[in-house]
Amino acid sequence: MKIFYYVGEYIKLLGKVFTRPERTRIFIERIMAEGNAIGVDSLGIVAIISVFIGAVTTINTAYQLVSGFVPNEIIGSVVSDSTILEFSPTICSLVLAGKIGSNIATELGSMRVAEEIDAMEVMGVNAASYLILPKIIAALITIPMLILISMCLSILGGFVIGQVAGLLSAQEFVTGARNSFRTYTLIFAMIKTYVFAFVISSMASYQGYNAGNSSIEVGKASTRAVVYSSVLILLSDYILAQLLL
Amino acid sequence: MIELKNLKKHFGSKEVIKGISTQFQEGKTNMIIGGSGSGKTVTMKCLVGLMKPSSGEVLYNGKNLNRLKYKFQVKLRKELGMLFQYSALFSSMTIEENVAFPLRMFSDMTSKEIKDRVDFCLDRVNLEKVNKLYPDEMSGGMKKRVGIARAIVLNPKYLFCDEPNSGLDPITSSVIDKLIKEITEEFNTTTIINTHDMNSVLEYGDHIIFMYQGLIQWEGSVEDLKHSDDEKLNEFIYASDFIKKGLSEGGHQYHGDGKTPDKVPLINLIASKVGGASKGDVPAGSASADASPKL
Repeated sequence: MKIFYYVGEYIKLLGKVFTRPERTRIFIERIMAEGNAIGVDSLGIVAIISVFIGAVTTINTAYQLVSGFVPNEIIGSVVSDSTILEFSPTICSLVLAGKIGSNIATELGSMRVAEEIDAMEVMGVNAASYLILPKIIAALITIPMLILISMCLSILGGFVIGQVAGLLSAQEFVTGARNSFRTYTLIFAMIKTYVFAFVISSMASYQGYNAGNSSIEVGKASTRAVVYSSVLILLSDYILAQLLL
Repeated sequence: MIELKNLKKHFGSKEVIKGISTQFQEGKTNMIIGGSGSGKTVTMKCLVGLMKPSSGEVLYNGKNLNRLKYKFQVKLRKELGMLFQYSALFSSMTIEENVAFPLRMFSDMTSKEIKDRVDFCLDRVNLEKVNKLYPDEMSGGMKKRVGIARAIVLNPKYLFCDEPNSGLDPITSSVIDKLIKEITEEFNTTTIINTHDMNSVLEYGDHIIFMYQGLIQWEGSVEDLKHSDDEKLNEFIYASDFIKKGLSEGGHQYHGDGKTPDKVPLINLIASKVGGASKGDVPAGSASADASPKL
């Protein structure tokens, strides 16, 4: 039954978050800063993961499927489809839940412990909106961009490793990828990505904002942020797949 | 004027504030004293709206803080300045940005005006060339002064200080106390201070409220405090090291039983701090007024 309490608290916090910002200029500045922290700073890890996902998918597909009866183009097809539909949005979001989620929860939790959030509230600042709304907006802008970059890099990684390992020709890879591409797949992937971006930023913010008043609670909040975000990502992935595919 | 009416606060089944009522004196230094766990901090959090009372009222000029609509609450909060126990400076911002924060959020001042106001407030708390530093690069006393500068930057009507001496050496404590007193008088703010520090109380307090186990046990002026025979209050005051030392120097011992061993040395000690009592107050046959420690 406690779950209803937490869901209620989460919705109440979102109610405080989604209010009109006090100062538009400061709000935009905050979105830019958060976009830098959430998006630009995550580019490296997303790039590394994506390239390797593409490369490994190519090798695995070649190992499992390709024979005299299955054409080589299928490798390009499987790599691009699975990357766009599942690997880039879901795996990258899970990694980002770890990186961004723990970062957001720790930052807000530390501010709670140091009474910085209380100081804002006493001044009359809506701390929830000031601190969390720019993070959510920045996540909704930058995470889809990261996922698009991830898709490109992953397919590129598969393409390159296919040539380097001599598994298929460039022509075969491109033909396979182009033949299987459907626009709806990309739309579905982006819908998922927006949901995941919201889950990561809002859940981590909720955990950090409501962390207790000790440093040990900050660590716990950070762990909860990562675990709950990951579980919610997987759950929403299943629900969206069931509903939209 | 700030007033508390039958304020109660409980956490689960534990009642921390058991129904307190008082008025804080306008333009004066009001001090809430009491031991750890007596309910001082919870009272202050209720006063500034960081906690909602379980029942009772926090009235600002007759208006209940917790019944005000959000936009009026925000308006009222702009009239509050608060110095937190550990300063609560924003660690991601420079000192200048910290002090400028309330101005950027709530005023229509230009960047130049904000800069001038920040410089004035930092200068007022005797800080120079710290604008570009981060809070982590400063000492505890300097952070407190920045906290005061941030608290007064919007010219508040009410200044709240939660344990301003906490973690500071006696000299820095005295500097901070003096600064708060000066600001109270200079800007005519109603100042409410939570403190354990009897030096601060005796030197700078105008209106003293002593809390004990979630209730106001005693309240009055420093003059009243000198002559109080409230057992709990005296137990708290005598627990102060310098007074205890003074008592033993004067030939008296406090045994921690909550009873006033002899009020004469206390009067003398207080007199040495505030100049309120004289040797003439000392009854014949009791400790000499010279028993006061040199502080």
